[in-house]
Amino acid sequence: MRPRLRRRNAAPEKHDPFGTQVPDGLWLKCPRCRELVYSREFERNLSVCPRCNYHARLSARQRIASIADPGSFVEWDAELVAADPLGFRALDEPYPQKIQEARRRSGEREALVTGAATILGVPVALAVAEFGFLGASMGSVFGEKFARAAERAAADGRALVAFASSGGARMHEGVFSLFQMPKTIVAVEALASARLPFIAVLVDPCYGGVTASFATIADLILAEPGAMIGFAGPRVIEQVTRQKLPSGFQSAEFLLEHGMIDAIVPRQHLRDELARFVRLLTGYRRPSASPVTRRESTP
Amino acid sequence: MTAPSAWERVQLARHLARPHTLDYVSELLEAPRELHGDRAFRDDPAVVAAIGRFGSLPVVVLGHQKGANTTENVARNFGMPKPEGYRKAIRILQLAEKFALPVITFIDTPAADPGLESEERGQAWAIASCLQTLLRVRVPTIGVVIGEGGSGGALALAVCDRLLMLENAIFAVASPEACAAILWRDAARAPEAAETMRITAAELHRFGIADELIPEPVPAHLDAAGTIRRVGAALERHLDELLRLWEESGPERLRELRWARYRAIGVWSEEAERPTLG
Repeated sequence: MRPRLRRRNAAPEKHDPFGTQVPDGLWLKCPRCRELVYSREFERNLSVCPRCNYHARLSARQRIASIADPGSFVEWDAELVAADPLGFRALDEPYPQKIQEARRRSGEREALVTGAATILGVPVALAVAEFGFLGASMGSVFGEKFARAAERAAADGRALVAFASSGGARMHEGVFSLFQMPKTIVAVEALASARLPFIAVLVDPCYGGVTASFATIADLILAEPGAMIGFAGPRVIEQVTRQKLPSGFQSAEFLLEHGMIDAIVPRQHLRDELARFVRLLTGYRRPSASPVTRRESTP
Repeated sequence: MTAPSAWERVQLARHLARPHTLDYVSELLEAPRELHGDRAFRDDPAVVAAIGRFGSLPVVVLGHQKGANTTENVARNFGMPKPEGYRKAIRILQLAEKFALPVITFIDTPAADPGLESEERGQAWAIASCLQTLLRVRVPTIGVVIGEGGSGGALALAVCDRLLMLENAIFAVASPEACAAILWRDAARAPEAAETMRITAAELHRFGIADELIPEPVPAHLDAAGTIRRVGAALERHLDELLRLWEESGPERLRELRWARYRAIGVWSEEAERPTLG
Protein backbone atom coordinates (compact mmCIF):
# COMPACT_ATOMS: atom_id res chain seq x y z
CA MET A 1 0.00 0.00 0.00
CA ARG A 2 1.08 3.50 -0.75
CA PRO A 3 1.53 5.77 2.25
CA ARG A 4 -0.88 8.67 2.71
CA LEU A 5 0.03 12.23 3.41
CA ARG A 6 -1.04 13.57 6.79
CA ARG A 7 -0.80 17.16 7.89
CA ARG A 8 0.93 17.60 11.21
CA ASN A 9 -1.60 20.06 12.59
CA ALA A 10 -4.97 19.75 10.96
CA ALA A 11 -6.06 22.97 9.33
CA PRO A 12 -9.72 23.94 9.77
CA GLU A 13 -11.77 22.65 6.87
CA LYS A 14 -12.25 25.53 4.48
CA HIS A 15 -13.13 25.23 0.86
CA ASP A 16 -10.64 26.62 -1.62
CA PRO A 17 -11.04 25.61 -5.27
CA PHE A 18 -7.32 25.79 -5.82
CA GLY A 19 -6.37 23.49 -3.00
CA THR A 20 -6.42 23.33 0.72
CA GLN A 21 -5.18 26.52 2.28
CA VAL A 22 -2.18 26.05 4.47
CA PRO A 23 -1.68 28.44 7.37
CA ASP A 24 1.80 29.92 7.83
CA GLY A 25 4.29 27.90 9.72
CA LEU A 26 2.67 24.53 9.06
CA TRP A 27 4.96 21.58 8.70
CA LEU A 28 4.12 18.38 6.91
CA LYS A 29 5.58 14.99 7.59
CA CYS A 30 6.33 13.09 4.42
CA PRO A 31 4.64 9.71 4.77
CA ARG A 32 7.44 7.98 2.92
CA CYS A 33 10.72 9.44 4.16
CA ARG A 34 9.29 10.79 7.46
CA GLU A 35 11.08 14.08 6.92
CA LEU A 36 9.37 17.24 8.11
CA VAL A 37 8.81 19.49 5.11
CA TYR A 38 7.87 23.15 5.30
CA SER A 39 4.41 23.35 3.77
CA ARG A 40 5.19 26.32 1.51
CA GLU A 41 8.18 24.52 0.07
CA PHE A 42 6.00 21.43 -0.42
CA GLU A 43 3.36 23.43 -2.29
CA ARG A 44 5.91 25.26 -4.42
CA ASN A 45 7.18 21.82 -5.37
CA LEU A 46 3.68 20.79 -6.61
CA SER A 47 3.04 18.63 -3.54
CA VAL A 48 6.09 16.49 -4.18
CA CYS A 49 8.42 15.79 -1.26
CA PRO A 50 11.68 17.63 -2.04
CA ARG A 51 13.65 15.00 -0.09
CA CYS A 52 12.37 11.68 -1.45
CA ASN A 53 10.27 12.62 -4.50
CA TYR A 54 7.04 11.25 -2.97
CA HIS A 55 4.12 12.48 -5.11
CA ALA A 56 1.15 13.38 -2.90
CA ARG A 57 -2.33 13.32 -4.42
CA LEU A 58 -3.62 16.54 -5.96
CA SER A 59 -7.19 17.74 -6.17
CA ALA A 60 -8.57 18.28 -9.68
CA ARG A 61 -8.22 22.07 -9.29
CA GLN A 62 -4.65 21.80 -8.01
CA ARG A 63 -3.90 19.55 -10.96
CA ILE A 64 -5.37 22.00 -13.45
CA ALA A 65 -3.45 24.87 -11.84
CA SER A 66 -0.24 22.83 -12.14
CA ILE A 67 -0.75 22.04 -15.83
CA ALA A 68 -2.78 24.75 -17.59
CA ASP A 69 -1.37 28.15 -18.53
CA PRO A 70 -2.60 30.67 -15.92
CA GLY A 71 -6.12 31.86 -16.69
CA SER A 72 -6.49 29.58 -19.71
CA PHE A 73 -8.86 27.01 -18.19
CA VAL A 74 -12.52 27.29 -19.18
CA GLU A 75 -14.71 24.68 -17.57
CA TRP A 76 -17.21 22.61 -19.56
CA ASP A 77 -20.45 20.94 -18.49
CA ALA A 78 -20.24 21.91 -14.81
CA GLU A 79 -24.04 21.82 -14.66
CA LEU A 80 -24.19 18.01 -15.00
CA VAL A 81 -24.96 16.40 -11.66
CA ALA A 82 -25.78 12.87 -10.54
CA ALA A 83 -29.31 11.49 -10.66
CA ASP A 84 -30.48 8.47 -8.68
CA PRO A 85 -31.69 5.96 -11.29
CA LEU A 86 -31.87 3.03 -8.87
CA GLY A 87 -33.32 4.82 -5.85
CA PHE A 88 -30.22 3.58 -4.09
CA ARG A 89 -29.63 3.60 -0.37
CA ALA A 90 -26.97 1.93 1.75
CA LEU A 91 -26.59 2.06 5.52
CA ASP A 92 -29.74 4.19 5.71
CA GLU A 93 -28.13 6.86 3.59
CA PRO A 94 -29.87 7.61 0.28
CA TYR A 95 -27.52 8.18 -2.66
CA PRO A 96 -28.55 11.84 -3.19
CA GLN A 97 -27.51 12.55 0.41
CA LYS A 98 -24.17 10.85 -0.21
CA ILE A 99 -23.68 13.10 -3.25
CA GLN A 100 -24.43 16.24 -1.22
CA GLU A 101 -21.88 15.19 1.35
CA ALA A 102 -19.28 14.51 -1.36
CA ARG A 103 -19.95 17.92 -2.88
CA ARG A 104 -19.52 19.63 0.47
CA ARG A 105 -16.31 17.78 1.21
CA SER A 106 -14.65 18.14 -2.18
CA GLY A 107 -16.03 21.44 -3.37
CA GLU A 108 -16.76 19.75 -6.69
CA ARG A 109 -20.11 18.80 -8.20
CA GLU A 110 -18.85 15.53 -9.61
CA ALA A 111 -15.82 13.28 -9.81
CA LEU A 112 -14.59 14.59 -13.17
CA VAL A 113 -13.73 18.17 -14.11
CA THR A 114 -13.46 18.94 -17.83
CA GLY A 115 -12.67 21.99 -19.89
CA ALA A 116 -10.49 23.75 -22.42
CA ALA A 117 -7.02 25.07 -21.62
CA THR A 118 -3.63 25.70 -23.11
CA ILE A 119 -0.43 24.04 -21.95
CA LEU A 120 2.58 26.23 -22.83
CA GLY A 121 0.44 27.66 -25.59
CA VAL A 122 -0.75 24.29 -26.95
CA PRO A 123 -4.56 24.08 -27.00
CA VAL A 124 -5.93 21.00 -25.25
CA ALA A 125 -9.06 19.67 -23.65
CA LEU A 126 -8.59 18.47 -20.07
CA ALA A 127 -10.49 15.75 -18.23
CA VAL A 128 -9.33 15.56 -14.63
CA ALA A 129 -10.59 13.10 -12.04
CA GLU A 130 -11.27 14.31 -8.50
CA PHE A 131 -10.40 11.51 -6.11
CA GLY A 132 -11.90 13.48 -3.22
CA PHE A 133 -15.37 13.03 -4.75
CA LEU A 134 -16.47 9.49 -3.83
CA GLY A 135 -13.06 8.12 -4.80
CA ALA A 136 -13.40 9.44 -8.37
CA SER A 137 -15.83 6.59 -8.99
CA MET A 138 -17.22 6.56 -12.54
CA GLY A 139 -20.96 7.04 -12.77
CA SER A 140 -23.15 8.54 -15.49
CA VAL A 141 -21.94 12.12 -15.01
CA PHE A 142 -18.26 11.12 -15.09
CA GLY A 143 -18.85 9.13 -18.28
CA GLU A 144 -20.96 11.80 -19.93
CA LYS A 145 -18.56 14.63 -19.10
CA PHE A 146 -15.64 12.60 -20.40
CA ALA A 147 -17.52 11.75 -23.61
CA ARG A 148 -18.54 15.35 -24.21
CA ALA A 149 -14.98 16.55 -23.58
CA ALA A 150 -13.58 14.06 -26.12
CA GLU A 151 -16.18 15.01 -28.73
CA ARG A 152 -15.77 18.72 -28.14
CA ALA A 153 -11.98 18.40 -28.33
CA ALA A 154 -12.38 16.63 -31.68
CA ALA A 155 -14.72 19.37 -32.96
CA ASP A 156 -12.37 22.14 -31.75
CA GLY A 157 -9.20 20.48 -33.04
CA ARG A 158 -7.72 20.05 -29.56
CA ALA A 159 -5.79 17.14 -28.16
CA LEU A 160 -7.36 15.47 -25.12
CA VAL A 161 -5.33 15.07 -21.95
CA ALA A 162 -7.02 12.96 -19.29
CA PHE A 163 -5.75 12.65 -15.72
CA ALA A 164 -7.17 9.28 -14.79
CA SER A 165 -7.64 8.33 -11.18
CA SER A 166 -10.44 6.22 -9.77
CA GLY A 167 -11.44 3.70 -7.19
CA GLY A 168 -13.66 2.00 -9.79
CA ALA A 169 -17.28 2.13 -10.86
CA ARG A 170 -19.87 4.08 -8.83
CA MET A 171 -21.79 1.27 -7.08
CA HIS A 172 -24.75 3.56 -6.36
CA GLU A 173 -25.66 3.84 -10.05
CA GLY A 174 -25.31 0.10 -10.62
CA VAL A 175 -25.22 -1.12 -14.18
CA PHE A 176 -25.43 2.45 -15.53
CA SER A 177 -21.95 3.01 -14.11
CA LEU A 178 -20.67 -0.16 -15.77
CA PHE A 179 -21.93 0.99 -19.16
CA GLN A 180 -19.97 4.23 -18.94
CA MET A 181 -16.94 2.15 -19.96
CA PRO A 182 -18.07 1.57 -23.57
CA LYS A 183 -19.42 5.13 -23.67
CA THR A 184 -15.98 6.62 -23.01
CA ILE A 185 -14.40 4.27 -25.55
CA VAL A 186 -16.93 5.26 -28.23
CA ALA A 187 -16.32 8.96 -27.53
CA VAL A 188 -12.58 8.55 -28.09
CA GLU A 189 -13.38 7.44 -31.67
CA ALA A 190 -14.20 11.09 -32.44
CA LEU A 191 -10.59 12.04 -31.63
CA ALA A 192 -9.26 9.09 -33.60
CA SER A 193 -11.13 10.05 -36.75
CA ALA A 194 -9.96 13.68 -36.38
CA ARG A 195 -6.42 12.32 -35.88
CA LEU A 196 -6.04 14.25 -32.67
CA PRO A 197 -3.91 12.89 -29.84
CA PHE A 198 -5.43 11.42 -26.71
CA ILE A 199 -2.95 11.25 -23.86
CA ALA A 200 -3.80 9.58 -20.56
CA VAL A 201 -1.85 10.37 -17.42
CA LEU A 202 -2.47 7.71 -14.79
CA VAL A 203 -2.23 9.20 -11.32
CA ASP A 204 -2.53 7.61 -7.92
CA PRO A 205 -4.74 5.60 -7.50
CA CYS A 206 -6.19 4.34 -10.78
CA TYR A 207 -8.31 1.15 -10.66
CA GLY A 208 -11.33 -0.69 -11.99
CA GLY A 209 -13.56 0.49 -14.81
CA VAL A 210 -11.54 3.61 -15.53
CA THR A 211 -8.31 1.67 -16.02
CA ALA A 212 -10.25 -0.91 -18.08
CA SER A 213 -11.77 1.69 -20.42
CA PHE A 214 -10.62 5.06 -21.77
CA ALA A 215 -7.43 5.30 -19.68
CA THR A 216 -5.70 2.37 -21.37
CA ILE A 217 -6.76 2.92 -24.99
CA ALA A 218 -4.98 6.29 -25.16
CA ASP A 219 -2.39 6.98 -27.87
CA LEU A 220 0.15 7.60 -25.14
CA ILE A 221 -0.10 6.41 -21.56
CA LEU A 222 1.98 8.27 -18.99
CA ALA A 223 2.06 7.83 -15.24
CA GLU A 224 3.36 9.70 -12.21
CA PRO A 225 6.14 8.10 -10.16
CA GLY A 226 4.86 5.72 -7.50
CA ALA A 227 1.23 5.83 -8.70
CA MET A 228 -0.72 2.65 -7.97
CA ILE A 229 -2.50 1.39 -11.08
CA GLY A 230 -4.41 -1.77 -11.88
CA PHE A 231 -7.71 -3.51 -12.53
CA ALA A 232 -8.39 -5.30 -9.25
CA GLY A 233 -7.34 -3.58 -6.04
CA PRO A 234 -4.51 -5.09 -3.95
CA ARG A 235 -6.88 -6.03 -1.13
CA VAL A 236 -9.15 -7.97 -3.48
CA ILE A 237 -6.19 -9.78 -5.04
CA GLU A 238 -4.83 -10.77 -1.62
CA GLN A 239 -8.24 -12.01 -0.50
CA VAL A 240 -8.85 -14.06 -3.64
CA THR A 241 -5.39 -15.50 -4.17
CA ARG A 242 -4.28 -15.64 -0.51
CA GLN A 243 -0.88 -14.61 -1.78
CA LYS A 244 1.27 -11.85 -0.35
CA LEU A 245 1.81 -9.27 -3.06
CA PRO A 246 5.41 -8.45 -3.97
CA SER A 247 6.57 -4.97 -3.06
CA GLY A 248 6.15 -2.48 -5.86
CA PHE A 249 3.32 -4.57 -7.38
CA GLN A 250 0.96 -2.39 -9.48
CA SER A 251 3.20 0.67 -9.17
CA ALA A 252 3.87 2.84 -12.21
CA GLU A 253 7.42 1.48 -12.23
CA PHE A 254 6.10 -2.11 -12.27
CA LEU A 255 3.80 -1.30 -15.20
CA LEU A 256 6.58 0.37 -17.15
CA GLU A 257 8.70 -2.75 -16.69
CA HIS A 258 5.80 -4.96 -17.85
CA GLY A 259 5.27 -2.94 -21.00
CA MET A 260 1.94 -1.36 -20.08
CA ILE A 261 2.78 2.35 -20.15
CA ASP A 262 4.91 4.59 -22.35
CA ALA A 263 6.74 6.57 -19.70
CA ILE A 264 6.84 7.73 -16.10
CA VAL A 265 6.93 11.51 -15.88
CA PRO A 266 7.71 13.32 -12.62
CA ARG A 267 5.15 16.00 -11.81
CA GLN A 268 7.61 18.86 -12.29
CA HIS A 269 8.08 17.84 -15.92
CA LEU A 270 4.49 17.04 -16.84
CA ARG A 271 3.63 20.41 -18.43
CA ASP A 272 6.71 20.37 -20.62
CA GLU A 273 6.28 16.75 -21.59
CA LEU A 274 2.56 17.00 -22.36
CA ALA A 275 3.09 20.07 -24.55
CA ARG A 276 6.02 18.33 -26.25
CA PHE A 277 4.10 15.11 -26.97
CA VAL A 278 1.08 16.95 -28.37
CA ARG A 279 3.35 19.05 -30.59
CA LEU A 280 5.25 16.00 -31.81
CA LEU A 281 2.11 14.00 -32.57
CA THR A 282 0.38 16.84 -34.39
CA GLY A 283 3.45 18.34 -36.04
CA TYR A 284 2.16 21.36 -34.10
CA ARG A 285 -0.33 21.89 -36.89
CA ARG A 286 -2.97 24.52 -36.28
CA PRO A 287 -6.55 23.20 -36.14
CA SER A 288 -7.30 24.63 -39.59
CA ALA A 289 -4.03 23.58 -41.22
CA SER A 290 -4.24 20.83 -43.80
CA PRO A 291 -1.74 17.95 -43.62
CA VAL A 292 0.14 19.43 -46.60
CA THR A 293 0.97 22.69 -44.87
CA ARG A 294 1.79 21.20 -41.55
CA ARG A 295 5.52 20.79 -42.14
CA GLU A 296 5.78 24.50 -42.83
CA SER A 297 4.19 25.68 -39.62
CA THR A 298 6.72 26.57 -36.96
CA PRO A 299 6.27 26.07 -33.27
CA MET B 1 -46.27 -19.02 -7.58
CA THR B 2 -44.39 -15.85 -6.69
CA ALA B 3 -41.56 -14.54 -8.87
CA PRO B 4 -38.05 -15.35 -7.55
CA SER B 5 -36.29 -12.59 -5.62
CA ALA B 6 -33.15 -10.96 -7.07
CA TRP B 7 -30.99 -13.11 -4.79
CA GLU B 8 -32.80 -16.29 -5.88
CA ARG B 9 -32.13 -15.30 -9.48
CA VAL B 10 -28.44 -14.88 -8.63
CA GLN B 11 -28.47 -18.49 -7.42
CA LEU B 12 -30.25 -19.62 -10.59
CA ALA B 13 -27.82 -17.66 -12.80
CA ARG B 14 -24.92 -19.43 -11.07
CA HIS B 15 -26.44 -22.92 -11.07
CA LEU B 16 -23.87 -25.53 -12.10
CA ALA B 17 -26.34 -27.46 -14.26
CA ARG B 18 -27.31 -24.39 -16.25
CA PRO B 19 -26.29 -24.71 -19.92
CA HIS B 20 -22.96 -22.99 -20.59
CA THR B 21 -21.45 -21.55 -23.76
CA LEU B 22 -20.20 -24.82 -25.28
CA ASP B 23 -23.66 -26.38 -24.76
CA TYR B 24 -25.14 -23.60 -26.89
CA VAL B 25 -22.35 -23.91 -29.45
CA SER B 26 -22.81 -27.64 -29.93
CA GLU B 27 -26.62 -27.42 -30.10
CA LEU B 28 -27.06 -24.29 -32.19
CA LEU B 29 -24.16 -24.51 -34.64
CA GLU B 30 -23.79 -27.07 -37.37
CA ALA B 31 -20.40 -28.81 -37.16
CA PRO B 32 -18.76 -26.13 -35.01
CA ARG B 33 -14.99 -25.98 -34.76
CA GLU B 34 -13.37 -24.57 -31.67
CA LEU B 35 -10.52 -22.10 -32.21
CA HIS B 36 -7.79 -21.72 -29.62
CA GLY B 37 -5.19 -19.32 -28.37
CA ASP B 38 -4.22 -15.66 -28.38
CA ARG B 39 -1.12 -16.18 -30.59
CA ALA B 40 0.96 -14.52 -27.90
CA PHE B 41 0.92 -16.23 -24.53
CA ARG B 42 -1.45 -19.18 -24.11
CA ASP B 43 -4.94 -20.55 -24.59
CA ASP B 44 -7.34 -19.34 -21.91
CA PRO B 45 -9.91 -22.07 -21.15
CA ALA B 46 -12.26 -19.48 -19.56
CA VAL B 47 -13.00 -17.97 -22.98
CA VAL B 48 -14.06 -20.20 -25.85
CA ALA B 49 -14.22 -19.34 -29.53
CA ALA B 50 -15.81 -21.30 -32.34
CA ILE B 51 -16.68 -21.03 -35.99
CA GLY B 52 -19.54 -22.83 -37.68
CA ARG B 53 -22.88 -22.46 -39.41
CA PHE B 54 -25.85 -20.99 -37.62
CA GLY B 55 -28.66 -22.10 -39.91
CA SER B 56 -27.04 -21.63 -43.29
CA LEU B 57 -24.88 -18.72 -42.23
CA PRO B 58 -21.22 -18.99 -41.14
CA VAL B 59 -20.72 -17.16 -37.82
CA VAL B 60 -18.13 -16.89 -35.08
CA VAL B 61 -19.06 -17.46 -31.47
CA LEU B 62 -17.27 -16.16 -28.39
CA GLY B 63 -18.19 -16.85 -24.82
CA HIS B 64 -17.14 -17.23 -21.23
CA GLN B 65 -16.95 -20.89 -20.28
CA LYS B 66 -17.82 -22.14 -16.81
CA GLY B 67 -17.63 -25.77 -15.77
CA ALA B 68 -20.49 -28.13 -14.89
CA ASN B 69 -18.70 -29.39 -11.77
CA THR B 70 -15.87 -28.38 -9.47
CA THR B 71 -13.12 -30.16 -11.40
CA GLU B 72 -14.19 -28.55 -14.65
CA ASN B 73 -14.61 -25.22 -12.95
CA VAL B 74 -11.08 -25.29 -11.58
CA ALA B 75 -9.79 -26.08 -15.09
CA ARG B 76 -11.87 -23.21 -16.50
CA ASN B 77 -10.94 -20.82 -13.68
CA PHE B 78 -14.70 -20.57 -12.92
CA GLY B 79 -15.18 -18.76 -16.20
CA MET B 80 -12.94 -15.85 -15.14
CA PRO B 81 -10.84 -14.80 -18.12
CA LYS B 82 -7.22 -13.72 -17.88
CA PRO B 83 -5.77 -11.15 -20.28
CA GLU B 84 -4.99 -13.88 -22.80
CA GLY B 85 -8.71 -14.74 -22.87
CA TYR B 86 -9.61 -11.22 -23.93
CA ARG B 87 -6.73 -11.20 -26.41
CA LYS B 88 -8.04 -14.43 -27.89
CA ALA B 89 -11.45 -12.75 -28.24
CA ILE B 90 -9.80 -9.75 -29.94
CA ARG B 91 -8.07 -12.05 -32.42
CA ILE B 92 -11.32 -13.84 -33.24
CA LEU B 93 -13.17 -10.53 -33.65
CA GLN B 94 -10.52 -9.42 -36.13
CA LEU B 95 -11.03 -12.66 -38.00
CA ALA B 96 -14.79 -12.00 -38.10
CA GLU B 97 -14.17 -8.49 -39.40
CA LYS B 98 -11.81 -9.69 -42.10
CA PHE B 99 -14.18 -12.34 -43.44
CA ALA B 100 -17.40 -10.42 -42.73
CA LEU B 101 -18.82 -13.02 -40.34
CA PRO B 102 -21.53 -12.12 -37.82
CA VAL B 103 -20.53 -12.51 -34.17
CA ILE B 104 -22.56 -14.18 -31.43
CA THR B 105 -21.32 -13.87 -27.85
CA PHE B 106 -22.42 -15.71 -24.70
CA ILE B 107 -21.84 -13.87 -21.44
CA ASP B 108 -21.41 -15.95 -18.29
CA THR B 109 -18.69 -14.95 -15.84
CA PRO B 110 -18.51 -13.83 -12.22
CA ALA B 111 -15.71 -11.39 -13.13
CA ALA B 112 -12.42 -11.01 -14.92
CA ASP B 113 -9.69 -12.95 -13.10
CA PRO B 114 -8.42 -10.80 -10.21
CA GLY B 115 -5.05 -12.53 -9.87
CA LEU B 116 -1.47 -11.38 -9.63
CA GLU B 117 -0.46 -12.70 -13.04
CA SER B 118 -3.49 -11.16 -14.73
CA GLU B 119 -2.45 -7.78 -13.37
CA GLU B 120 1.13 -8.33 -14.55
CA ARG B 121 -0.08 -9.08 -18.07
CA GLY B 122 -2.38 -6.05 -18.17
CA GLN B 123 -5.91 -7.20 -17.34
CA ALA B 124 -7.30 -3.65 -17.62
CA TRP B 125 -5.51 -3.13 -20.95
CA ALA B 126 -6.89 -6.38 -22.35
CA ILE B 127 -10.48 -5.60 -21.29
CA ALA B 128 -10.36 -2.03 -22.67
CA SER B 129 -8.94 -3.28 -25.93
CA CYS B 130 -11.53 -6.07 -26.20
CA LEU B 131 -14.33 -3.54 -25.59
CA GLN B 132 -12.87 -1.28 -28.26
CA THR B 133 -12.52 -4.11 -30.77
CA LEU B 134 -16.06 -5.40 -30.22
CA LEU B 135 -17.41 -1.84 -30.56
CA ARG B 136 -15.41 -1.33 -33.76
CA VAL B 137 -16.15 -4.43 -35.85
CA ARG B 138 -18.28 -3.74 -38.93
CA VAL B 139 -20.26 -6.98 -38.73
CA PRO B 140 -23.52 -7.73 -36.90
CA THR B 141 -22.96 -8.63 -33.24
CA ILE B 142 -25.42 -10.17 -30.79
CA GLY B 143 -24.72 -10.90 -27.14
CA VAL B 144 -26.74 -13.19 -24.89
CA VAL B 145 -26.32 -13.10 -21.12
CA ILE B 146 -26.95 -16.77 -20.29
CA GLY B 147 -25.95 -16.70 -16.62
CA GLU B 148 -23.79 -14.30 -14.66
CA GLY B 149 -22.89 -10.94 -16.17
CA GLY B 150 -20.21 -9.92 -13.70
CA SER B 151 -18.76 -6.44 -14.14
CA GLY B 152 -16.16 -5.35 -16.72
CA GLY B 153 -15.07 -8.93 -17.29
CA ALA B 154 -18.55 -9.71 -18.66
CA LEU B 155 -19.01 -6.38 -20.38
CA ALA B 156 -15.97 -6.95 -22.60
CA LEU B 157 -17.99 -9.55 -24.57
CA ALA B 158 -21.37 -7.82 -24.22
CA VAL B 159 -21.19 -4.50 -26.08
CA CYS B 160 -23.04 -5.78 -29.17
CA ASP B 161 -25.65 -4.43 -31.59
CA ARG B 162 -28.22 -6.40 -29.64
CA LEU B 163 -28.02 -7.58 -26.05
CA LEU B 164 -30.40 -10.33 -24.97
CA MET B 165 -30.79 -11.77 -21.49
CA LEU B 166 -32.25 -15.00 -20.22
CA GLU B 167 -34.93 -14.38 -17.63
CA ASN B 168 -32.80 -15.66 -14.75
CA ALA B 169 -29.55 -14.09 -15.92
CA ILE B 170 -28.08 -11.09 -14.12
CA PHE B 171 -25.82 -8.20 -15.10
CA ALA B 172 -24.12 -6.24 -12.35
CA VAL B 173 -21.40 -3.67 -11.83
CA ALA B 174 -20.00 -5.88 -9.04
CA SER B 175 -21.11 -9.16 -7.48
CA PRO B 176 -23.73 -8.72 -4.76
CA GLU B 177 -21.16 -10.07 -2.28
CA ALA B 178 -18.57 -7.48 -3.31
CA CYS B 179 -21.15 -4.72 -3.31
CA ALA B 180 -22.28 -5.66 0.19
CA ALA B 181 -18.67 -5.78 1.36
CA ILE B 182 -17.98 -2.33 -0.07
CA LEU B 183 -21.17 -0.56 0.94
CA TRP B 184 -22.16 -2.34 4.16
CA ARG B 185 -18.75 -3.78 5.01
CA ASP B 186 -20.55 -7.10 5.35
CA ALA B 187 -20.58 -9.65 2.49
CA ALA B 188 -23.39 -11.53 4.28
CA ARG B 189 -25.77 -8.79 3.22
CA ALA B 190 -25.46 -9.88 -0.43
CA PRO B 191 -29.19 -10.72 -0.77
CA GLU B 192 -30.02 -7.14 0.16
CA ALA B 193 -27.36 -5.81 -2.22
CA ALA B 194 -28.73 -7.97 -5.05
CA GLU B 195 -32.12 -6.29 -4.59
CA THR B 196 -30.73 -2.76 -4.24
CA MET B 197 -28.44 -2.99 -7.27
CA ARG B 198 -31.20 -3.82 -9.81
CA ILE B 199 -29.38 -6.58 -11.63
CA THR B 200 -32.13 -8.82 -12.99
CA ALA B 201 -32.92 -9.26 -16.67
CA ALA B 202 -36.32 -7.61 -16.14
CA GLU B 203 -34.64 -4.51 -14.73
CA LEU B 204 -31.98 -4.29 -17.45
CA HIS B 205 -34.74 -4.62 -20.01
CA ARG B 206 -36.67 -1.83 -18.29
CA PHE B 207 -33.52 0.36 -18.32
CA GLY B 208 -33.24 -0.20 -22.08
CA ILE B 209 -29.80 -1.82 -21.73
CA ALA B 210 -31.08 -5.29 -22.65
CA ASP B 211 -33.16 -5.46 -25.85
CA GLU B 212 -35.03 -8.60 -25.01
CA LEU B 213 -35.70 -10.88 -22.11
CA ILE B 214 -35.83 -14.53 -23.15
CA PRO B 215 -38.34 -16.30 -20.86
CA GLU B 216 -37.41 -19.31 -18.80
CA PRO B 217 -40.81 -20.94 -18.10
CA VAL B 218 -38.76 -23.58 -16.28
CA PRO B 219 -35.33 -22.48 -14.90
CA ALA B 220 -32.61 -23.28 -17.44
CA HIS B 221 -30.92 -25.95 -15.28
CA LEU B 222 -34.15 -27.99 -15.37
CA ASP B 223 -34.74 -27.58 -19.09
CA ALA B 224 -31.47 -27.13 -20.96
CA ALA B 225 -32.83 -28.24 -24.32
CA GLY B 226 -35.83 -25.92 -24.17
CA THR B 227 -33.70 -22.98 -23.04
CA ILE B 228 -31.16 -23.48 -25.81
CA ARG B 229 -33.99 -23.73 -28.35
CA ARG B 230 -35.57 -20.47 -27.17
CA VAL B 231 -32.17 -18.71 -27.24
CA GLY B 232 -31.61 -20.04 -30.77
CA ALA B 233 -34.98 -18.70 -31.93
CA ALA B 234 -34.30 -15.25 -30.45
CA LEU B 235 -30.82 -15.19 -32.03
CA GLU B 236 -32.24 -16.10 -35.40
CA ARG B 237 -34.82 -13.33 -35.26
CA HIS B 238 -32.33 -10.63 -34.21
CA LEU B 239 -29.70 -11.81 -36.65
CA ASP B 240 -32.24 -11.60 -39.51
CA GLU B 241 -33.01 -8.01 -38.60
CA LEU B 242 -29.35 -7.07 -38.31
CA LEU B 243 -28.43 -8.78 -41.58
CA ARG B 244 -31.16 -6.84 -43.38
CA LEU B 245 -29.85 -3.61 -41.88
CA TRP B 246 -26.27 -4.58 -42.75
CA GLU B 247 -27.17 -5.27 -46.37
CA GLU B 248 -29.47 -2.29 -46.83
CA SER B 249 -27.56 0.42 -44.96
CA GLY B 250 -24.02 -0.94 -44.97
CA PRO B 251 -21.47 -1.93 -42.32
CA GLU B 252 -20.59 1.68 -41.44
CA ARG B 253 -24.21 2.46 -40.60
CA LEU B 254 -24.45 -0.64 -38.44
CA ARG B 255 -21.45 0.53 -36.47
CA GLU B 256 -22.75 4.09 -36.18
CA LEU B 257 -25.97 2.78 -34.65
CA ARG B 258 -23.98 0.64 -32.22
CA TRP B 259 -21.85 3.60 -31.19
CA ALA B 260 -24.93 5.80 -30.75
CA ARG B 261 -26.49 3.14 -28.57
CA TYR B 262 -23.57 2.92 -26.14
CA ARG B 263 -22.90 6.66 -26.27
CA ALA B 264 -26.44 7.29 -25.01
CA ILE B 265 -26.46 5.18 -21.83
CA GLY B 266 -26.56 7.12 -18.59
CA VAL B 267 -28.89 9.08 -16.31
CA TRP B 268 -28.06 12.50 -14.88
CA SER B 269 -29.66 15.83 -14.14
CA GLU B 270 -28.66 19.42 -14.78
CA GLU B 271 -28.39 22.26 -12.36
CA ALA B 272 -28.90 25.70 -13.77
CA GLU B 273 -26.84 27.89 -11.45
CA ARG B 274 -23.08 28.20 -11.88
CA PRO B 275 -20.95 26.60 -9.21
CA THR B 276 -19.95 28.99 -6.48
CA LEU B 277 -16.22 28.98 -6.11
CA GLY B 278 -14.36 29.84 -2.94
